[in-house]
Amino acid sequence: MSTQELEKIASQVRRDIVRMVHAQSSGHPGGSLGCTEYFVSLYFKILERAEDFDMKGKNEDLFFLSNGHISPVFYSVLARSGFFPVEELNTFRMLNSRLQGHPTTHEGLPGVRIASGSLGQGMSVAIGTAMAKKMNGDDKIIYSLHGDGELQEGQIWEAVMFAAHNKVDNLISTIDYNQKQIDGPLEEVLDLGNLEAKFKAFNWDVMHIEQGNNMQAVLDGLAKAKTKTGKGKPVCVIMHTEMGKGVDYMEGTHKWHGNAPNDEQLASALNQLEETIGDY
Amino acid sequence: MSKLDQYKNDDIRDTRSGFGAAMDILGETNENVVAMCADLTGSLKLNDFAKKHPERFVQAGIAEANMIGMAAGLAIAGKIPFATSFAEFVTARVYDQVRQSVAYSNKNVKIAASHAGLTLGEDGATHQILEDIGLMKMLPGFTVINTCDYNQTKAATLAVAEMEGPVYLRFGRPKVPNFTPADQKFEIGKGVMLNEGNDVTIVATGHLVWEAIEAARVLEAKGTSCEVINIHTIKPLDAPMILKSVSKTACVVVAEEHQKHGGLGASISTLLAENKPAPIEFVAVDDKFGESGKPADLMKKYGLSSGDIVNAVEKVIKRK
Repeated sequence: MSTQELEKIASQVRRDIVRMVHAQSSGHPGGSLGCTEYFVSLYFKILERAEDFDMKGKNEDLFFLSNGHISPVFYSVLARSGFFPVEELNTFRMLNSRLQGHPTTHEGLPGVRIASGSLGQGMSVAIGTAMAKKMNGDDKIIYSLHGDGELQEGQIWEAVMFAAHNKVDNLISTIDYNQKQIDGPLEEVLDLGNLEAKFKAFNWDVMHIEQGNNMQAVLDGLAKAKTKTGKGKPVCVIMHTEMGKGVDYMEGTHKWHGNAPNDEQLASALNQLEETIGDY
Repeated sequence: MSKLDQYKNDDIRDTRSGFGAAMDILGETNENVVAMCADLTGSLKLNDFAKKHPERFVQAGIAEANMIGMAAGLAIAGKIPFATSFAEFVTARVYDQVRQSVAYSNKNVKIAASHAGLTLGEDGATHQILEDIGLMKMLPGFTVINTCDYNQTKAATLAVAEMEGPVYLRFGRPKVPNFTPADQKFEIGKGVMLNEGNDVTIVATGHLVWEAIEAARVLEAKGTSCEVINIHTIKPLDAPMILKSVSKTACVVVAEEHQKHGGLGASISTLLAENKPAPIEFVAVDDKFGESGKPADLMKKYGLSSGDIVNAVEKVIKRK
């Protein structure tokens, strides 16, 4: 699939995100829009995966979402890449839906292997499955995504320490580095300091994707990250993104982390996002 | 001769060694079993497993939250992880991780916990968790097991490895009488009838089962006929056995090394209130933290000895 085709899918995914969040006046559009290129790259190009969902995922690359609140982008991309019907996006956050506010295995949604929402837990889970792959003689790769604010949780650093010590080198953990969280900029709420230096100090192989909202840059970056696996160190990708990317009034602010657009705002957003492969 | 005479105290062992012995067997017989520990390998009796199966032993370091998350990840790929530590550190300390990554995600993780309760002894209340049964039984879908002796702990460990689903397996530190027959099958969710009687039902779990046997001996000598039930599986509870017994005896004493609020006694209270109200007395810790001391002295001070069970039985029979 060409980069241009992936960009078209990304535009559709962004439409899905704002429509889903608008429909229930609830959900998290900001981080979802900022990670759209990452998800589209991963599911349509990077992951070596089977067509049908299998929980164990043997001999497949697997992905774990640790910052579960960006479920809109996860659900849209799972549906658009064939895990479940796109019409089901209509049920996001509704009663009796498989598309819970935060992703879960509890309702049996294909594509989801662990519940996430309470932050800081996904890297540990990803490491567990990465170790199991090694025990099983399975050479495929584990990808995980984390919010930058999420790194304030202590469990993350337990996991970071463990992965390096145990040479979990079939793991690529990406940090959505938009430098914003609910209450404001990271540097005001609780500064992460030099993130690259922190991961390096823990003995991870660290790289950046400077343009996390440029499809080609994300594709190239994730391809480069893969070349770093199998060399004795876990891989950290610091992906520089813009929260709310693609909808002008949501960009450059933390205010759309967890707020839904009203009817007028939705119309404005949809005017900026081309319908490419069809609305659900 | 009373049936109670068959329970001997000539073989004294710790429950955690029963866990370690079973893990040695599982290491040889089940290639999917992974042992995990948080810097307490010796205390959990996992030294042999770690030595013989280093590729399936995970040393998490003093980082229990990460250990629980990794256990969930291992289970996703088909492994059967036993995440172990002292009971405090794999329940209260990591409740959110257990709730989201294990219980809500329905992962086949076995949380094995040693040093539960007051009998941890001299380390004191920071380590003597008395709230873990309550915490773990509240999690939807969790199986909660509290074993009474070496043989039962060994059998329980082998049994939970065979079942699918999250389990909390609780045992302890001290050496106690090993009276369960080595060949007794461990049936998850089934009580063990230790003695049949007519005047009172004594339900006990964990280390209090031996105390219940001792109490029943004293009571039978005084002419009180005691039905003694060993409830190793607190959830799912063997409701039919308990209800049948209370139908006969019309009163019950519950004994456990745990807080009164939220423990086995609370589960049985709910069961009786819904099905067959009857007088009930509790031999449990009553809204207190423990303290440093010798295990036997602590059990006496906090009201968890066989004498306390005798007193509770005499009180509950009067309430009939």
